[in-house]
Amino acid sequence: MNIFVLLKQTFDTEEHVRIESGVIADDDVKFVINPYDEYAVEEAVQIKDDLGGKVTIVSIGPDRSEEALRTALAMGADEAVLIDPEDYQLDEHSYSKILHAYLKDQSVDLIIGGFFSVDQGSGQVAIRLAHLLDIPHVSAITELNVEEGKATAKRDAEGDTETVQVALPALFTAQQGLNEPRYPSLPGIMKAKKKPLQRLMLDELGIDEISGKTVSTEITSPPSRKAGEILQGEVEEQVEQLIAKLKEDKVLNT
Amino acid sequence: MNFDLTKEQKMIQEMVSKFAEKEIAPQAEHIDKTGEFPYDTFMKMGELGLLGIPFPEQYGGSGGDTVSYAIAVEEIGKACGSTGLSYAAAVSLGAAPIYYFGTEEQKQKYLIPLASGKALGSFGLTEPNAGSDAGGTKTSAVLEGDHYVINGEKTYITNAEFAKQVIVTAVTGKNDKGKKIISAIIVPTGISGFKITSNYDKLGVRGSNTSELVFDNVKVPKENLLGDPIKGFNQFLYTLDGGRISIAALALGIAQAAYEAALQYAKERTQFGTSISKFQAIQFKLADMAMELELARNMIYKVAWLKDNERPFSKEASIAKLYASEVSSRITNQAIQIHGGYGYMREYKVERYLRDAKLTEIGEGTSEIQRHIIAKKIGL
Repeated sequence: MNIFVLLKQTFDTEEHVRIESGVIADDDVKFVINPYDEYAVEEAVQIKDDLGGKVTIVSIGPDRSEEALRTALAMGADEAVLIDPEDYQLDEHSYSKILHAYLKDQSVDLIIGGFFSVDQGSGQVAIRLAHLLDIPHVSAITELNVEEGKATAKRDAEGDTETVQVALPALFTAQQGLNEPRYPSLPGIMKAKKKPLQRLMLDELGIDEISGKTVSTEITSPPSRKAGEILQGEVEEQVEQLIAKLKEDKVLNT
Repeated sequence: MNFDLTKEQKMIQEMVSKFAEKEIAPQAEHIDKTGEFPYDTFMKMGELGLLGIPFPEQYGGSGGDTVSYAIAVEEIGKACGSTGLSYAAAVSLGAAPIYYFGTEEQKQKYLIPLASGKALGSFGLTEPNAGSDAGGTKTSAVLEGDHYVINGEKTYITNAEFAKQVIVTAVTGKNDKGKKIISAIIVPTGISGFKITSNYDKLGVRGSNTSELVFDNVKVPKENLLGDPIKGFNQFLYTLDGGRISIAALALGIAQAAYEAALQYAKERTQFGTSISKFQAIQFKLADMAMELELARNMIYKVAWLKDNERPFSKEASIAKLYASEVSSRITNQAIQIHGGYGYMREYKVERYLRDAKLTEIGEGTSEIQRHIIAKKIGL
């Protein structure tokens, strides 16, 4: 079983996002494996433990992403590939193109990614990749059973659970609840430094030039919320006050 | 000069911090109240390889270094002082002497289960009238045929009730000058005449097991002697030097927890119409804490580095332990002060930090003993 995991290093969810000169400042920030990708790593390692095979982690990102890849290796993955995005302005379209350029030449049985990344949150890259590879995908899965040549997944469908069976190779994205990611053990951490980590430049994937379909023009913080007001008095008085306020703010028309 | 942690050290920090936050911190209040030893936590720590950080893989360890080990103690101590102390004692005192001084057979038999987290070990040095004053040791081990017969008692022994064996120091004879020869002997628990009771009611680190040991004609095979029969005493000194690094790291972890609680509280608490963190009186307390934490951490990493690089580290271990434990008591005390009346209540946790921190000024050599060691090392 050849399993590939799509992994992105993201801000720790507890980090405060600062915008400096129009860009998100990432100095002095703690980075982690995107939490949904962590479920993907865990699932891949569990499948490998059951059925045998190899788990390869694939990431596009700057140098610092190596830390996230080493952590995934410490959790039990076998190899990692880090693709350098160089100085290109990339979007979901171009990220999936790059992943496709790498994966089209690999022998793939399963690809697992996170449902979305907690930073950009678009949830597109994995699905676009499945399209480019022309393989089926099931998104937001909470259970996965792999058998010879096929897989059955349960997915979150607007509060209900949908069961989907697909032929392999196929791509899945992990939703919370799929599993409980393990802590990388100490021996795992020590072994991780000896596991292969391949670094690739875009031209090594046959990409000379790449651009996104979209351009990010401005990044702003959400406006800070104004302080609320607590109404006083009996319920009836409060209702009257509330209606008066809503009229005052032209939310209600008389 | 390079102040960066290695990738492995950072990953270990990340992993232990996450593990401690999720698995250890939620139990800290309960074990402080009940004094229940968190044995299950130790089994989980064992599975992750935490009990074998500074030992090589061939003995069931993880092949990490002292810096990584100190980082782990800090993170565990930050979540729970009791668990941190028992962890530090299990590795530095229960397992390390066997690694340093044990024969290959002893390592196979005793170290592998400890390093791989299948069992806990303990170290019995302190007696009612002896501790850092090893000359006062009364426990004796007399060689009769191919067995030692041990008699005496030990006090304040960490983890003994849950240990598979205790490394016990005992007088085995006298040298030419009439001075006591003190040796270390590995004594399995549960054998005839060896009684362990845990009736202490402690100020802090209440969930860490502390036991009293009584030896009444306890017989162990003579091959249980650990290390050199004559230079036993120097072995304890080396063991204690290593242990001091971990107690310093424990003090640091507890202090870091208190500082973070105080910093957050200061920002949230409003008085006189403003957050109390705007008052210089509070700011200066927090600034002092940040400074002391930084200095303690630097010293701990330095002494761990010295040990990893096989340099002398005895004086530096005492400096790190003395400084970290004293600032830990000060920081945890000031954290209560910043919390005011709330800090005096158990609900706000900071009072526990002070009770736990106090131990670090006493265990593995009091602050006075550390000053005594430093004084000797600077030629006094």
